[in-house]
Amino acid sequence: MAGFDKVVSSYEEAMAGLTDNMTVIAGGFGLCGIPENLIAEIKRKGTKGLTVVSNNCGVDDFGLGILLPNRQIKKIIASYVGENAEFERQMMAGELDVELTPQGTLAEKMRAGGAGIPAFYTATGVGTPVAEGKDEREFNGRDYILEESIVGDFAIVKAWKADRYGNLVFRKTARNFNPMAATAGKITVVEVEEIVEPGELDPDQIHTAGIYVDRLILGNFEKRIEQRTTRPSTTQGEK
Amino acid sequence: MALSREQIAQRVAQELQDGFYVNLGIGIPTLVANYVPEGMEVMLQSENGLLGMGQFPTEEEIDADLINAGKQTVTMATGASIFDSAESFAMIRGGHVDLTVLGAFEVDVNGNIASYMIPGKLIKGMGGAMDLVAGADNIIVTMTHASKHGVSKLLNNCSLPLTGKGCIKKVLTDLAFIEIKEGKFHLLERAPGVSVEEIIKLTEGELIVAGDIPEMIF
Repeated sequence: MAGFDKVVSSYEEAMAGLTDNMTVIAGGFGLCGIPENLIAEIKRKGTKGLTVVSNNCGVDDFGLGILLPNRQIKKIIASYVGENAEFERQMMAGELDVELTPQGTLAEKMRAGGAGIPAFYTATGVGTPVAEGKDEREFNGRDYILEESIVGDFAIVKAWKADRYGNLVFRKTARNFNPMAATAGKITVVEVEEIVEPGELDPDQIHTAGIYVDRLILGNFEKRIEQRTTRPSTTQGEK
Repeated sequence: MALSREQIAQRVAQELQDGFYVNLGIGIPTLVANYVPEGMEVMLQSENGLLGMGQFPTEEEIDADLINAGKQTVTMATGASIFDSAESFAMIRGGHVDLTVLGAFEVDVNGNIASYMIPGKLIKGMGGAMDLVAGADNIIVTMTHASKHGVSKLLNNCSLPLTGKGCIKKVLTDLAFIEIKEGKFHLLERAPGVSVEEIIKLTEGELIVAGDIPEMIF
């Protein structure tokens, strides 16, 4: 690496410095747009006691779910979980600490964390278990709760394309939490399907600026589909 | 006769208006997309970052990078746009979505809704439901009126942990279309062939029945 060139050549180098008990923010929604190879590298490293911040926790043998069998995750902050058997077992046995967070609050916690905003008020969760222990305040006749932002020791992100400077372009709904995650890591590591030279991406079309990115690696992706739903190709389908 | 899942969706679809941006929850709400009236344009918002959700893809069109909030593969409608999760919830929390349709376990006379957790059972999480009920003004809850054992789900007070407080104004069950205001349920319409008495019997919270209650028309 030199100057603004963020490209690293191995996954080992990409995740160097990740140690036990750190907080890792991961992009992705379900299995869509997850940094699958960076997760696999965390499994390989065997780092333990992690606090993981992600909308979901993968499935049994893919995504963040692969960190469960060796008990690498101590706590997960997520909006929707339990799509795998081992997760359910660990959660019910009290081996895994789960902090359920509304999806929009989770996204905003990352966005605010990356933007240097320590906390924000939101109407989401007022009067629900989410509000317990949180400061409540009225603005313009409506109640809001105070939610604290999140910064990770590491953020792991999947983008579609990047230039060597770490300017990122995401593809379709694989964008999801990735842009916010990218801003909220003390060290942000991004894996992509294609790396081009600086100047090749249209600056107007860049979703995440390279300033947020510390390390960039070219990966091969399985891109597993969680719910394969189709319509027959013979019908025209409804409007 | 109690409404089928499809009929519930069909009745909700009558509440759509041309030019509406709509978020449909998982389950019955998803079926509403099949009953958009002819000649009407609505755009479906999927909270994982898609406005203008299209139909399911053909086998050839499947794209792992294009899913809906239920994690199903989808396509994009003409004029669709893609954005990140913070932006998606800015739309929802900022009150920009015209109609939200979602399911529930219970609602009560104060407009409280419980839809995400049954203590003692596996808790999967609220996903975007808490943001949706807190951010939207126009929400329709679809649910069955009572359990299989005849226990009402339209209550004086929700018994389960809440998804949102004081945010529900309209409920469409398999038996009735109900409005919630001033701490009471108000019966607007009944399912074809279902009597007012039957609805009263299966509604725990106070139900106001004013005048003749029309049957739903399909």
